[in-house]
Amino acid sequence: MSRGSGPLASPQRLRNYPSYRGGEGMVAWAFHRISGIGVWLFIILHVIDIWLIGANPEAYDFLGQIYSSPPGRVMETVLGAALFYHALNGMRIVVMDFWPALTAYHRQLWRIVWIVFFALGLPGAYIILKPIWEVAG
Amino acid sequence: MNAPRYSRGGRPRPVGSAVDLYVWYAVRLSSLALFVLALAHFAMTHFVFDPADQSAEWVRQARWSSVALRALDWGMLMAVLVHGFLGMRTVLQDYVPSRVRSLSLGALYALALILFVLGTQVVVTLPMD
Ligand code: HEM
Ligand code: HEM
Repeated sequence: MSRGSGPLASPQRLRNYPSYRGGEGMVAWAFHRISGIGVWLFIILHVIDIWLIGANPEAYDFLGQIYSSPPGRVMETVLGAALFYHALNGMRIVVMDFWPALTAYHRQLWRIVWIVFFALGLPGAYIILKPIWEVAG
Repeated sequence: MNAPRYSRGGRPRPVGSAVDLYVWYAVRLSSLALFVLALAHFAMTHFVFDPADQSAEWVRQARWSSVALRALDWGMLMAVLVHGFLGMRTVLQDYVPSRVRSLSLGALYALALILFVLGTQVVVTLPMD
């Protein structure tokens, strides 16, 4: 018996998912899964680095210098983008799960996700990255 | 045909397994908490403050100066462990061959337990003045 539950578990299962035959539903799902796994990997690192505040503050401060270095800021911008997309699309999923009537507007909701993502995300990315050229310039 | 009618991006509400159903709800409930806590946390650590300011001593004095702030971070820790690890349970069930599936899930839960212990330890034991 297969206990998998996601659309990629088997071609048979894929056919049972009306929304996973390509189109925005498929892209939304793939991005959601990739961003979720990415942020999860960061959380493993992050709980350990915060633990170092108590266990080894010097090591924590050293890691903090990596976080705030130019490459670190680029990574954090990518992390923030993954978190923000995952959060917005996750809310879209939850809203449709609990108010199924809204599923009729899933395309509009998907567009709202991207509008908010860029409208708030681009200024956010600018704030995180700004010190790179302020230091360089 | 029992294909789910309402799913445009999310996993349909599972039928048949009570555990899967509880997991489905737990992922969604914790996601509501994370939407507020994790986004506010990211905004605090990047837009209000800057990663360059946040030394260990600064976190101890400025961020973890009260029980309430520590409790809030601990609540976020709980939400992210429940959400992230139950989310990864679904991911593993989808991709890991059934031969080694229970082994991989055991490793996943063991990792969650380790992070629970480490994350709780620092928030509880870091000296507060
Ligand atoms: C910030 C607010 C968040 C919201 C609103 C949210 C929402 C969701 C929802 C609704 C699902 C279920 C998707 C489905 O059943 O198809 C999900 C899955 C998942 N989330 Fe989140 N999430 C958030 C934050 C996080 C964080 C911080 C992590 C990292 C630890 C994370 C990791 C995951 C993983 C690994 C999955 C499983 C992905 C899959 O099954 O495709 N999420 N999220
Ligand atoms: C690169 C981005 C991030 C930085 C620089 C950062 C920084 C910090 C800092 C300085 C603390 C100490 C307490 C505080 O200031 O609140 C902390 C704690 C914490 N952060 Fe983050 N954070 C980041 C992203 C995230 C994300 C995306 C999550 C996901 C939910 C997260 C979850 C947590 C949790 C759960 C704690 C408490 C840990 C514990 O109680 O042991 N952080 N973070």
